[in-house]
Amino acid sequence: MSAPAAPSNPPAPAPAPAAPAVETMTVKVNGKTVQVPKTMPDWQGKPAPTTMLQAAKIAGVDIPHYCYHDKLPVAGNCRMCLVEFGTPMIGPDRKPVLNEDGTPKIAKSVLPYEPGTPRGAIACATPISPGMEIYADSKATQQMRESVLESLLINHPLDCPICDQAGECKLQEYSVQHGKAGSQFVETKVHKPKAVDLGPRIVLDDERCILCTRCIRFTRDIAGDDALGIVNRGSYNTIAAFKPGHFDNNYTLNTVDLCPVGALTSKDFRFKMRVWFLKETKSLCTSCGTGCNITIGSREGVVHRYEPRENDAVNGPWMCDTGRLNYRWVGRADRLKEVLRVSAGGARERVAWNAALESAAGILSGAAQGSVAFVVSARQTNEELFLLKKLAAHTGALTDSVPRDGEPDRLLVSEDRNPNSNGVRLTGMAFTEFGFNLPKIADGIAQGRTKTLVVFGEDVTRLGIGPELLAKLDALIVSDILPNATTAAATLLLPGAAHAEKRGTFVNVKGRLQKFQKAVEAPGDARPESEFLLELVRSVTGQDAPRTLEGLFNRMAAEVPAFAGLQWAGLGDAGVTVQI
Amino acid sequence: MSFSVPASLEAELDELTTHYPVKRSASLMFLHALQEHFGYISKEAVEWTARKLGLQPINVYELVTFYPMFRQEPLGKTHIKVCRTLSCSLAGSAELRERFCTKLGLDPHAHAPQTTPDGKFTVEFVECLASCGTAPVVLVNEDLHHKVGAAEAEAILKKGQAA
Repeated sequence: MSAPAAPSNPPAPAPAPAAPAVETMTVKVNGKTVQVPKTMPDWQGKPAPTTMLQAAKIAGVDIPHYCYHDKLPVAGNCRMCLVEFGTPMIGPDRKPVLNEDGTPKIAKSVLPYEPGTPRGAIACATPISPGMEIYADSKATQQMRESVLESLLINHPLDCPICDQAGECKLQEYSVQHGKAGSQFVETKVHKPKAVDLGPRIVLDDERCILCTRCIRFTRDIAGDDALGIVNRGSYNTIAAFKPGHFDNNYTLNTVDLCPVGALTSKDFRFKMRVWFLKETKSLCTSCGTGCNITIGSREGVVHRYEPRENDAVNGPWMCDTGRLNYRWVGRADRLKEVLRVSAGGARERVAWNAALESAAGILSGAAQGSVAFVVSARQTNEELFLLKKLAAHTGALTDSVPRDGEPDRLLVSEDRNPNSNGVRLTGMAFTEFGFNLPKIADGIAQGRTKTLVVFGEDVTRLGIGPELLAKLDALIVSDILPNATTAAATLLLPGAAHAEKRGTFVNVKGRLQKFQKAVEAPGDARPESEFLLELVRSVTGQDAPRTLEGLFNRMAAEVPAFAGLQWAGLGDAGVTVQI
Repeated sequence: MSFSVPASLEAELDELTTHYPVKRSASLMFLHALQEHFGYISKEAVEWTARKLGLQPINVYELVTFYPMFRQEPLGKTHIKVCRTLSCSLAGSAELRERFCTKLGLDPHAHAPQTTPDGKFTVEFVECLASCGTAPVVLVNEDLHHKVGAAEAEAILKKGQAA
């Protein structure tokens, strides 16, 4: 079955005038001729001469590397990307020397004092030149790789079965792909410190370290905390922080992702789960309004880790430690798992979803205009907010959301700790200033005008609507994930799903609309809110509502002006920018 | 123990910094001066240097750990440097160092310089002392001792004990 062509979304408004035509150069990679731009973005995005590694990538050839990372300054110290290459020969008349068939003669790079021995160059730091030929799979290149790997493995323990990195280790992978089984090294290995406490979230195993300095460059040049360095010398080189245990900025766990070997490991994740058992799901971090793209690693319904997922429009390849470690609540034992309803007699009893939704529909359809108020969290998805807006519009309700602010930083953490504040604004559940209507809602309840309060994902008792006010209501319909004072007072409690348990979209602080996928099942009776809200909207308003999330998104896009023309299938993994 | 650099030394170092195109380049000279004054380079000295030169302590600490001439611990009063380069090695410098270590109750197999608990002696191997003709040679503080045998070693230790 062929999938229907993904509808394309309108492109984001171009930020800069179109760049002038790119100057290109012709090079050959493994015998294949490719046109590559003369300059390409360096780690900071500034144009720099195209390197052999970048040219090879354009030709579809991956050159193995450890220290090189496209978002870090080039160090050129691991030597793994050594390749044999050649350049067109120039005669004494400064004209290209040609073969008999008219093709340019190529002079392979060789040692000046030993012309029979190829001299490789590190592909990560060597710029290409016109007519250059790169031999990424020649015998000489293979020998260079074998030798480099043999050298890197001299002092490296060969205990992959007990190493936490196994399964996602570049040293392991390249050893299989490019290494050789034996080693000529017969001497005693140098033993370096093990399980060094580098910081509150990081453990370092110096014996596994290959000194690529990715972690040093990341923390100096990206995180802006020049905390790590290489101390001692020769075979006793180790990565260290000046004060042991004080590598503690909010981005330290990125060094664990960057570390190509098992040297830097996360205290939170190490030895908890073998990585090959993890199911990877594309999702979003919900800890602030930046909306970093993440990959959720889960197994058998349990979330084990978040890792950043590269999206240059949002977070690049990084995320903060706070966001990364903020996942345990998803699996908390006290999650709301039961649909509860307060009966006429005042007892709280467990009911089926159908019965609960019937009650909710009864309350909302019978409500007089203006007798209902909504407090919805900016942690709900656009789809949920869109459906809640329909209910609010039907009942002429006063609506609001809740601000959640914190200290921003210069890299990723946003001042807005809600993941979807812009979604709330764009769907019309609240406007620029969150919390503006809350006093009015409290007043409405106190005066007896507001008889029904619908709360999604917030604890209104902390927002000036205390238990004594909640007691005055005829009905308090609450949906949440974890218990709080508001869920305790609910007359109808609808357990919702965490973002890892559902699909949906958020709009980040910069207007990036992004979707996330479901990693694990919601516990007990809990259901994704958009599912039961669809049923509720159908019975309250009598409107026909779509039955799938894709359909719901597309309907929302048709009705919400900011999302005009968008389609679920066209969002891609990186999202699209909308006008906020 | 509080760390304070005398005003005169600080002024001297400030002046020295102006000789370099970038402040950072003065790092080694700072460390030499501080070691000469304090006898070793403490963590506080590293932090002070970093502060003066607008660096992070780790940048200076890398240098301190790279060069064996920089000490992170105070030295003993008598500093015994035994040459281990070829001529001296052939002439028995390994046994000589072992003799010093054993007599002083130090570990003869340890890699790094060692100081006795009473702070009187530090023993270490060094590379060529440029007196290959008179091997084995030992540099005791500033004095070079030639063709050091058992008797001379004993004399060095005796003198050190009395110092």
